[in-house]
Amino acid sequence: MTEIIEPTTTRWSESGTRPLLEIKDLHVGFATQNGLVSAVSGVNFTIMPGETVAIVGESGSGKSTTAHAIIDLLPGSGKVTGGQILFDGLDLTATSDRDFEDIRGTLIGFVPQDPMSNLNPVLNIGFQVQETLVANGKAQRGRDAKAKAIKVLQQAGLGDAAHRLRQYPHQFSGGMRQRVLIGIGLSSTPKLLIADEPTSALDVTVQRTILDHLAKLTRESGTAVLFITHDLGLAAERAEKLIVMYKGKVVESGPSVELLRNPQHPYTRRLVAAAPSLASRRIQSSKVVPDRAYAAPSGVEDVDLIAAADARIDRLPASVGAVPSIVVENLTKVFHINTGKLRREPFTAVDSVSFAIAKGTTTALVGESGSGKSTVARLILKLENVTSGSVSVDGEDLERLGSRELFALRRRMQPVFQDPFGSLDPLYNIASTIAEPLVTHRVGNRKEQHARVLELLDQVALPVALMDRYPNELSGGQRQRVAIARALALKPDIVILDEAVSALDVLVQAQILALLNELQSELNLTYLFITHDLAVVRLVADNVCVMQKGKIVEAGSTDSVFDNPRDEYTKELLAAIPGAGIQLTV
Amino acid sequence: MVWYILRRLLQLIPVFFGATLLIYFMVFALPGDPIAALAGDRGLNPAVIAQLRAHYHLDQPFIIQYLIYLRGIFTGDLGTSFSGQPVSQILAATFPVTLRLTILAVIIESAAGILIGLVSGLRKGKLFDASALVVSLIMISIPIFVIAFVSQFIFGIKLAWAPPTVSEGAPWGDLILPAFVLATVSFAYIVRLTRASVIENLSEDFVRTATAKGLSRRRVIRVHILRNSMIPVVTYIGTDFGTLIVGATVTEGIFNVPGVGRTLYQAIIRGEAPTVVSFVTVMVIIYVVFNLLIDLLYGLLDPRIRYAK
Repeated sequence: MTEIIEPTTTRWSESGTRPLLEIKDLHVGFATQNGLVSAVSGVNFTIMPGETVAIVGESGSGKSTTAHAIIDLLPGSGKVTGGQILFDGLDLTATSDRDFEDIRGTLIGFVPQDPMSNLNPVLNIGFQVQETLVANGKAQRGRDAKAKAIKVLQQAGLGDAAHRLRQYPHQFSGGMRQRVLIGIGLSSTPKLLIADEPTSALDVTVQRTILDHLAKLTRESGTAVLFITHDLGLAAERAEKLIVMYKGKVVESGPSVELLRNPQHPYTRRLVAAAPSLASRRIQSSKVVPDRAYAAPSGVEDVDLIAAADARIDRLPASVGAVPSIVVENLTKVFHINTGKLRREPFTAVDSVSFAIAKGTTTALVGESGSGKSTVARLILKLENVTSGSVSVDGEDLERLGSRELFALRRRMQPVFQDPFGSLDPLYNIASTIAEPLVTHRVGNRKEQHARVLELLDQVALPVALMDRYPNELSGGQRQRVAIARALALKPDIVILDEAVSALDVLVQAQILALLNELQSELNLTYLFITHDLAVVRLVADNVCVMQKGKIVEAGSTDSVFDNPRDEYTKELLAAIPGAGIQLTV
Repeated sequence: MVWYILRRLLQLIPVFFGATLLIYFMVFALPGDPIAALAGDRGLNPAVIAQLRAHYHLDQPFIIQYLIYLRGIFTGDLGTSFSGQPVSQILAATFPVTLRLTILAVIIESAAGILIGLVSGLRKGKLFDASALVVSLIMISIPIFVIAFVSQFIFGIKLAWAPPTVSEGAPWGDLILPAFVLATVSFAYIVRLTRASVIENLSEDFVRTATAKGLSRRRVIRVHILRNSMIPVVTYIGTDFGTLIVGATVTEGIFNVPGVGRTLYQAIIRGEAPTVVSFVTVMVIIYVVFNLLIDLLYGLLDPRIRYAK
């Protein structure tokens, strides 16, 4: 951690322009019961007018805290404890609450992270745009505000804005809501726009359209953008300058492509090695250029995703031609949706889906939200009943099984879900969480169960000391390891991973993916890997099924789908992987 | 929307029959002979008793009595009380009084409760908040008749700010003191509910976004915090309205308010089936209709619910 590199002087400073935003030795702390906890310590950077700068880091790195400090939106107990934030020469840390009301919205716009929770659910969209315009003196209340609100929304990419003004947030999709929020953020043509993970909650294809649009709007109006993200590939693709933060400090900064090609700081190198979007890209390029110049540095405990992916490929031929473990045939699920008027409309969530997974291999089910991929998982686990078609596991049709046989089958088929926070019972300690399936299925006596828990903790690389802890004392990655250990407790043959790594930071994600790979070769597990992230698929899956609107539009081996996508939709998904356009090899 | 209201109004039919039957049965099953009680200690001529029984259909089996009562309702006759007054007349005389008392109480409790709850929530952990919490806890824990007697003594007799009992005709002015008493407990709940709701909304993402949009602090509080915090509070106030109409008996007794509570109490003591059943049925219907109104209001405040129906 010695070679902290000071922000490089930028090419603009030569031309003599004054920076728009200058952050000097910023310190931010949170008051807790144990005194002041520092979240940001000694951060320096500058943003020139019209420039796009990205701050990259994992959760807890202080990137969002820095952004919130700039517009004085730190949550309750947080406050700036030192340093200066100079905006156009004005020190924002010394600005009164009253004056800040004139700066927010007018001079500095803000686009928040989660489009689902950032619009007031009980007020209509038009109202929320109009009040912004009126508050910032951009429109007169009434007809003028309405006309300008329509314009703002149209610019943000909502074509039928005039008709949708009176609709409420819940009638908009996530992507639409984010367009509204971007519209609001840019409505007063601010000099600086702070975008805090603006697309992390969205599907990749939606992410791409929205960011393209945002880039176009800010370029036209000459607005500078401070872009906060955890995705290095995305940051490099969207920003001219990157700032890498780690534990409240800036560890490295500089022009994007240069920083990716030649990361100096060990942490940046780890990030570059772990980013799935970049790694999957490198697998392709590595076929052309055998020299892998940007592999993970030796001596770091980190996982090299490419090496892990290569190991898969080496192992693959052995499993080809093996017996199918799961066979899904013409699987269809129809839900009935209440429409209000005493009538219910059918909705086909899964539409005659067929695929087979060979024993000991991984099949990835890829698609955007609403594509029906999670419903397929629930049908295979028999958490939902099928409408038509069949699911058979090791030759046995699930529909024909009685409740006792189903119980026995569940022993051999275990799920791991997306949310490591929601899927562990907060009142169970780690040992009892992992032991619960053993208790339910009456496997062994107390002593044997304890021994098995120890063994499982070891398999998922968790320290034994965690046994007596509770889920809220664990990090996201640790929780997901616990969830995996619980799934493995009954020695299943099949593990269904529903977005199992989507909620994790890249470095943690890489570790969990490597763990899954290891466990698979060790225990000959069969995985059904459900994800919206194509970049991850490349690293773990042998076969891919791409789903769209309940149907499988393309299926095949991972290499064939990635190298020669036939379906338009697959091509679109592949193109939307962030960082796709960055040429890493020189 | 229309479908929803229709469906809810249709539910009133089984509620009506169920309630009347059940209440009629309960009054029928009450121990003691109403006619004997009416006669007092001296005892009546058996012929008179038999005549009275026949007049009030008390000689018929239960189900016939009930059917006779139902027939009366559909012809607009709610029966007569033992004092010879038609029940419909008693209803018309007492319900408006109770309604006025309840309206006053609801206005007082919501205005004061929401205001104090809002300030309390915005200043969480400060002195104002702590005092509001303590005062509301005290109000919840003291029985209403204690509050009633104490305030009747202090404000009615010692300070003479208001008449200690309500005079004939129950004018609005006379009802203010009983309304305050009636409002105390609900006021305390509204303070706590509003406070909790405001605190929850303060940390919502959309409130932060509203600030980031450049809105003034006042507007953020008024439009984005207060309105959203009102949703659970409005539900509570609506339910409370129904409860107060039905449950003002103690307060009405102490302040001598000629309202529903007092009349119903006396009718139960006398075993007057037609009066009791008519009163309670009207209360049940008011309660059900109020619940419907709350649900509709809820939809008005929260569009997510409006469109889900």
